[in-house]
Amino acid sequence: MARKSRLHIPRPSARPGDKPDFSYLNLSPAGSTDKPAIGARTSEIENLSYELVRVLDDDHEAVGPWNPNIDAAELQIALRWMLLNRVFDKRMWQIQRQGRISFYMEALGEEAVSIAQAMALLPGDMCFPSYRNQGLYMYRGVKLVDMMCQCLSNTRDMCKGRQLPIMYHSREANVFSISGNLGTQYPHAVGWAMASAIKGEDHIAASWVGDGSTAEADFHHALTFAAVYQAPVILNVVNNQWAISTFQGFAGGERRPFAARGLGLGIPGIRVDGNDLLAIYSVTLWAAERARRGGGPTLIELVTYRAGAHSTSDDPSKYRPKDEAEFFPLGDPIERLKDHLISVGKWSEEKHEQLTEELKAEVLAAWKEAQQYGTMTEGPFLDSASMFDDIYAETPPHLESQRRYMLEIEGS
Amino acid sequence: MAQMSMIDAIRSAMDVLMEKDPNVIVLGQDIGYFGGVFRCTDGLQRKYGEHRVIDAPIAEGGIIGAAIGMGVNGLRPVAEIQFADYIYPGFDQIVSELARLRYRSCGEFFSPVTIRTPCGGGIRGGQTHSQSPEAIFAHVSGIRSVMPSNPYDAKGLLISAIESDDPVIFFEPKRIYNGPFDGDPDKPAVSWASHPKGEVPEGYYTVPLDTAEVVEPGEELTIVTYGTLVHVAKAAADEAGVDAEIIDVRSLAPLDIKTLTESVNKTGRCLIAHEATRFGGYGGELAARIQKECFWNLEAPIGRVAGWDTPYPHAFEWQYFPGKKRLVHGIRKMMEEV
Repeated sequence: MARKSRLHIPRPSARPGDKPDFSYLNLSPAGSTDKPAIGARTSEIENLSYELVRVLDDDHEAVGPWNPNIDAAELQIALRWMLLNRVFDKRMWQIQRQGRISFYMEALGEEAVSIAQAMALLPGDMCFPSYRNQGLYMYRGVKLVDMMCQCLSNTRDMCKGRQLPIMYHSREANVFSISGNLGTQYPHAVGWAMASAIKGEDHIAASWVGDGSTAEADFHHALTFAAVYQAPVILNVVNNQWAISTFQGFAGGERRPFAARGLGLGIPGIRVDGNDLLAIYSVTLWAAERARRGGGPTLIELVTYRAGAHSTSDDPSKYRPKDEAEFFPLGDPIERLKDHLISVGKWSEEKHEQLTEELKAEVLAAWKEAQQYGTMTEGPFLDSASMFDDIYAETPPHLESQRRYMLEIEGS
Repeated sequence: MAQMSMIDAIRSAMDVLMEKDPNVIVLGQDIGYFGGVFRCTDGLQRKYGEHRVIDAPIAEGGIIGAAIGMGVNGLRPVAEIQFADYIYPGFDQIVSELARLRYRSCGEFFSPVTIRTPCGGGIRGGQTHSQSPEAIFAHVSGIRSVMPSNPYDAKGLLISAIESDDPVIFFEPKRIYNGPFDGDPDKPAVSWASHPKGEVPEGYYTVPLDTAEVVEPGEELTIVTYGTLVHVAKAAADEAGVDAEIIDVRSLAPLDIKTLTESVNKTGRCLIAHEATRFGGYGGELAARIQKECFWNLEAPIGRVAGWDTPYPHAFEWQYFPGKKRLVHGIRKMMEEV
């Protein structure tokens, strides 16, 4: 022990120019973690917060008790969704770089999170996403063209020009509206789940935050309420190691896994390989069934890596090694599922290439269509008079008067 | 009709709506088994059960955040924040989420949460149990801010608030929970029994969320106020011997400006009174709007009587409180202006 008090200032394992080092990640071999009964007591399964549930091993085989034994046909569909997410993101990123949308955020390297969890939930379950969960909207049927129109703030924009690109919403798909304030959706999910139980329904809620946002008060409020009332909710922490330039140590990740944050409240935690679609699916299904049977909340930490920049406004080469992603020991979620399907004889490089081209064409067609509804520079344009709508259920007189005045001075 | 205190009236509003609509639920600290520190929810849990009258952890941000989620899932949550002074941990949830959810999702999602919270001083609460933060909330578009001054309005406004699809912050001036207050703390407390607005229907009725009320007609001066000071203003006008028209704003935002300007155009003088601090206070907005609409009819500059720009000091509560003396002074000064 030092003789004086001192502060510990967390430092990431590697900075630009350093050799990437992920030795801090505690990894379990695929298949090595036990799968408990749905009704297991939290105290009996604390190990799940510290180990890492993995199904796909280094030889691309699906192994162990968490193997969900999904049909290859279904896995091909899952692969398609992940790939669509990636192709879509790549196109939108380029479009932002061309100055045709103002901002974008990609899910590069994290696509398995949204797709696997969307697969494990039922359509009536409500999702409260973070800003890197575009895969949830896609999987639940929101059209690519509608997502693009949102990013364009054009005449078909679901947000009518009120929200930054990627802040989607869909009541029809049961995916909540994305906020720019981090972690605020976590207590909403718990409240939604409480309401479901109050009404005697068996729908559950799920929400997502990043490792960085676990430091927000809303995270702790949500966990407390979820634990106190045993709300039917799945609380996910997508630990992609980085919150812009802030590495996960600044959210307290150096001492205990994020999955263990719930243990003090009696919430079971599961730490899962976030780049292993099979493991995520299996863990989410377990948590969903537990919640549906009255077993209360589960905290899932998905260990992954933000392979891209935080957003189009970010340059990660300023604060982390450029090649860090290549050293991430859990690889890439799309590659891993692809390799697995190839190893069981249900996929091939050729098919993968063909699918990628198909998806590119699909995304390009959507982009062409989206532009017909207007771009940032070419009409048709949204009517700015609509900016005074939806503030209240009915527009009060002072807003009507401001609307009239704005139209008079600014024109529409 | 029944004699009700403001506490009874507020409880009755929740009772009537919980009876009527199974989606109305209440949550907050100490509100269930115990019935609330001010007794506003007394008996509701016994009647409606623990799933609809929910004791909550000591986390205002969690209470409001969870209430938002409940509202999105079809419930009509009434959240109690035990003192308005405690509302700040939930501020982000109110401003960034509750107020803007309808807007940002173009009406696909909204959450009809009502947040009840006792405010104001006069109960020896010191600086953490006496604040009047209404201006902070009135500043936020997308929420309604309401403050009743009597039992009849309290019940009717609260029913409207809970039934409204807009989020509402419902400020309850706790000094007048049990009776009107003329600003003199040395006088024995008066109950609502002798006040006409203490007569409250037992069943369902509403008071609209967008109307101010002329509580005392007059010709010489308009006093625009709300909450506890409605009663102090009345006493002060009597003492000053001025025929004042007293207006209870009650729905602070959105504001019924017409009732205010009609009165000031008639009297030519306007004194604005609130308990909250003056700088950046709600009275500043009222003054700006009224002078714009009534400029050519004004006989004197619009005046403001407010709390000092200090925290609410425990030992000097009555020096802080903008009571009868300050109001009488304000009225006399204004009547001297030509």
